Amino acid sequence: MRYFLASIGLVLALIAATAQAQLSIEITGGGANQIPIGVLRFVGEEALSQRISDIVEADLQRSGRFRMLFAGNVEPLPAEVAQVNFGDWKNRNADALVIGSVVRLADGRFEARFRLLDVPKQTQIGGVAFTLTAQQVRATGHRIADFIYEKLTGDRGVFSTRIAYVVKQGTRFELQIADADGVGAQTALASREPVMSPAWSPDGTRLAYVSFENKKPVVYVHSLVSGQRQVVANFKGSNSAPAWSADGKQLAVVLSKDGGSQIYLIGADGSNPRRLTNSGSIDTEPFFSPDGQLIYFTSDRGGSPQIYRMSVSGGEIARVSFDGSYNVSPRVSNDGKSLIYIAREGGRFQLKSLDLASKQSQVLTDGQHDESPSFAPNGKMILYATQVGNRGSLAAVSSDGSVKQRLSVQAADVREPAWGPYIGN
Amino acid sequence: MKNLLAVVSIVALLAGCASTPVEEPKAAVEDRTPTTTTTIPPRQSVPTVTPTQPRADQVPNVLKDPNNILSKRSIYYDYDKYDVKEDYKALLQAHARYLTQNRNAKMLIQGNCDERGSREYNIALGQKRADGVKKLLLLMGAQENQLESVSLGEEKPRCTENTEACYAQNRRGDMLYGGEY
Repeated sequence: MRYFLASIGLVLALIAATAQAQLSIEITGGGANQIPIGVLRFVGEEALSQRISDIVEADLQRSGRFRMLFAGNVEPLPAEVAQVNFGDWKNRNADALVIGSVVRLADGRFEARFRLLDVPKQTQIGGVAFTLTAQQVRATGHRIADFIYEKLTGDRGVFSTRIAYVVKQGTRFELQIADADGVGAQTALASREPVMSPAWSPDGTRLAYVSFENKKPVVYVHSLVSGQRQVVANFKGSNSAPAWSADGKQLAVVLSKDGGSQIYLIGADGSNPRRLTNSGSIDTEPFFSPDGQLIYFTSDRGGSPQIYRMSVSGGEIARVSFDGSYNVSPRVSNDGKSLIYIAREGGRFQLKSLDLASKQSQVLTDGQHDESPSFAPNGKMILYATQVGNRGSLAAVSSDGSVKQRLSVQAADVREPAWGPYIGN
Repeated sequence: MKNLLAVVSIVALLAGCASTPVEEPKAAVEDRTPTTTTTIPPRQSVPTVTPTQPRADQVPNVLKDPNNILSKRSIYYDYDKYDVKEDYKALLQAHARYLTQNRNAKMLIQGNCDERGSREYNIALGQKRADGVKKLLLLMGAQENQLESVSLGEEKPRCTENTEACYAQNRRGDMLYGGEY
């Protein structure tokens, strides 16, 4: 069935690959300057369990950067460039067109190939051929969408990435990992006590998080591949706010073992804790800059919680946020240019972004209680936690504020999202 | 009319085909069968870890008897405040006395916050509350090795309504004895 974006507010209900409570994503705001594109059905894709072209189209649409043109009535379906009716697509004002084909191979696998075409120039921009098993239809669709996204926007696609988040249902807390489109949620940790602050290792194989299973906050590092996990910080007092260094070998954490809440560096195996901050105030929420030279953090040393940064040795502390009396949860984009954070204004907690060069800030959300922001690795989307009614929900907003999505799990409270890195980083 | 439209559209189609030549893609861009295909590494499933529940021990009756002040374990705070109010000093004195007379007894002090604001910042605020209780108990005679002060932030609220009454219930310090945690 073809998706035709007739209005904002189209609900995409996605089929979960497992029996987990599914995360459904709803687009609630369209982007500006969308690229008009047609994604044709791939010749022969009925042989697959799902249509690859549906996955590609849903990904591109969800990004908010494309306007999907109706492509349901093209007969015959072109498999090669020579078969494409470019004039027809020019008349539909398409900038780009995607065609493809799928064939079954003798060994039971499939070969899927696609071409991305420039309609005004009537040329092929590029194309890839994939060999895939029947289980890899979605993964292949995401790769195709990544390719198209990158060729047409210049930015790297995040359709093949994963997200982590915490689901609370009654007294049960689950740390779940799903594809960026919400499909295929799997549970990494199922606990009777809260879990918070999940943080992906740079190579995407481990999660650091805070677990309260010992009736106090303890930092763990957990392998998503083996299920093995290790206590990284369980000092006397509270241990929280893990943040990975760029090389994945160290974590910044917040410990109360020496009084107050202070920031320390510690090996990813829990070795060699070193204190970085030395104030009588609250210093928390450390976040490494992508070049690994700086740590941004929240501190109330100035009298109210504000964002500061320091060198990784703990020196050269500078204040970064100046507007308002409550600015917390700093995160920096992978290109090092933008800082996002939560600001309290008039009793409402909202997501803001700050251009670190120009110092211009922008409000990105209009919620009451927005928190825990997380950048996509391409810096173009931000995942965060919000509330709908009295229930925790996730939402996403584009870095310019124009694209909005809501992600929810039925009958459950979802919180603490963390966007994973590029695959094969 | 229909035929005219059909003729017009066919002409347009032919005109499209004739007047706008399709540029053949340059060499090396796949238009024919590529010699290599891309394979995506197989997805690995994420194993589920379920932590084991700590064993519940026996706690001395005097700590559970509702007629005994020692069964009262909670202290409440005003918004943005961490100092222990006068009303609770007697309660802390009683617990300090118990700890002094039972040097093997251990206590976990958990500080809590209402749900407003960042979860990690609230861990730090809850810590201030727990630290304040610990400091007073030490002054009143308990020993360092008997006490641990930790924070639950906003993670274990007693109630979840967005009301001032509920927030007040959650701005709280709790004292747990060994066997209860």
